[in-house]
Amino acid sequence: MFETMIELVIKYWPVFIEGTIITLGFAFLTVILGTFFGGIIALLKMSKNWFVRILPCAYIEIIRGTPLLLQLYVFYYLLPMAIGVDIPKEICVLTALVINSSAYVAEIIRAGIQAVDKGQNEAAKSLGMSNFNMMVKIILPQAIKNILPALGNEFVSVIKETSLASVFFVGDLMTKQKIIASATGTTLEALMIVGVIYFILTFSLTKLMNYFEWRFKQSD
Amino acid sequence: MIKVENLNKSFGKLHVLKGINEQITKGEIVSIIGPSGSGKSTFLRCLNLLEVPNSGSIFFDGANITDKKVNVDIHRQKMGMVFQHFNVFPHLTVLENITITPILEKKIKKKDAIAKAMELLEMVGLKDKAKEYPRKLSGGQKQRLAIVRALAMEPEVMLFDEPTSALDPEMVKEVLDVIGKLAKDGMTCVIVTHEMAFAKKISDRVLFMDEGIIAESGTPSQIFDNPQNPRTVEFLSKVI
Repeated sequence: MFETMIELVIKYWPVFIEGTIITLGFAFLTVILGTFFGGIIALLKMSKNWFVRILPCAYIEIIRGTPLLLQLYVFYYLLPMAIGVDIPKEICVLTALVINSSAYVAEIIRAGIQAVDKGQNEAAKSLGMSNFNMMVKIILPQAIKNILPALGNEFVSVIKETSLASVFFVGDLMTKQKIIASATGTTLEALMIVGVIYFILTFSLTKLMNYFEWRFKQSD
Repeated sequence: MIKVENLNKSFGKLHVLKGINEQITKGEIVSIIGPSGSGKSTFLRCLNLLEVPNSGSIFFDGANITDKKVNVDIHRQKMGMVFQHFNVFPHLTVLENITITPILEKKIKKKDAIAKAMELLEMVGLKDKAKEYPRKLSGGQKQRLAIVRALAMEPEVMLFDEPTSALDPEMVKEVLDVIGKLAKDGMTCVIVTHEMAFAKKISDRVLFMDEGIIAESGTPSQIFDNPQNPRTVEFLSKVI
């Protein structure tokens, strides 16, 4: 089996590389866009007005309470129908991934903000700082230290979760595995190779994050 | 300067403040004493609306700040507050802690804000710490920083919420000295405190709070030397 794996790598390495880039691309876009929307959802959820809170709360619960695979299918069929034009399946898949991730990131950001000592909030208010300045100048700079490590973990999760998108053949690592496996009849070997690539990606990312976290602590 | 009318505050079923009426005049030093849970801190925190009262009114410089239409930030800028746990901003230097709010909210030029901050730091003996971060400061130094941070907004009144309760004993004096200096310079001060000797020495008036009401109010000698209310007598016998 090991020899077959080597042969596959030698013969198909550009395909694996391409799959890796597409997987990373999906994960990267998902986390960037997910953080943007997640931030907005988190702020809405922390509103003092209960009416404003309903929608973000429901959104987070529903998205986190249903499987990603189901969400991928829903957006794969729903999005072209809703817009009325044929849109690339990559966009449908990315939309589902972003929506899914934004719900998790929203909770990461909310928890990060709420973990900042309440006294900071009170001190800023007692000085007469506006809510906006308090958030931007006092709370967020302190919340970042709680948010960034968790956001790194989310990135690692998303890298693995993009593999589900391969049911729509979007060209990610897992799609490449299916293509190579069916072309050569070497399912298990192809799986092993892709597994090693996923592991290298997530493991090195985790190590990188630990390093940054350590640097963060030093500067604290 | 501050007038409180029939102030009520509840936390859930717990009725903490039960219809408080009180008036604090300009330049007055008022200490609030009383057992824990009597509502001292809640009363103080209502004055700048960190706690929103359930009913009653608070007039500050003639304006009813409990009115929802009033921009409370403007009034808070005139009421400095010092907390038990300092609440200095850990991500900002000592100097930035002081200058950030005047620059942001009062649109004071950075240069002027810094000059003013350095003056204040010199007053409390922290000038050489200006570039440090608060983590390098002792508790007493942090509290002195918190006091000048509030003073930089040029408040008309200072509210102190147990300013020495979280300090090591040897640091209490340095903080009390700063408060004493402010009082001497004519700053209106409302001080919630457990430092009875300090309250007796510095105050124009002492309020004894018990179970959500001001049970007794008078000059320091009236309250400490000749208390009328049996609850005051009982409390003082325990703490002095």
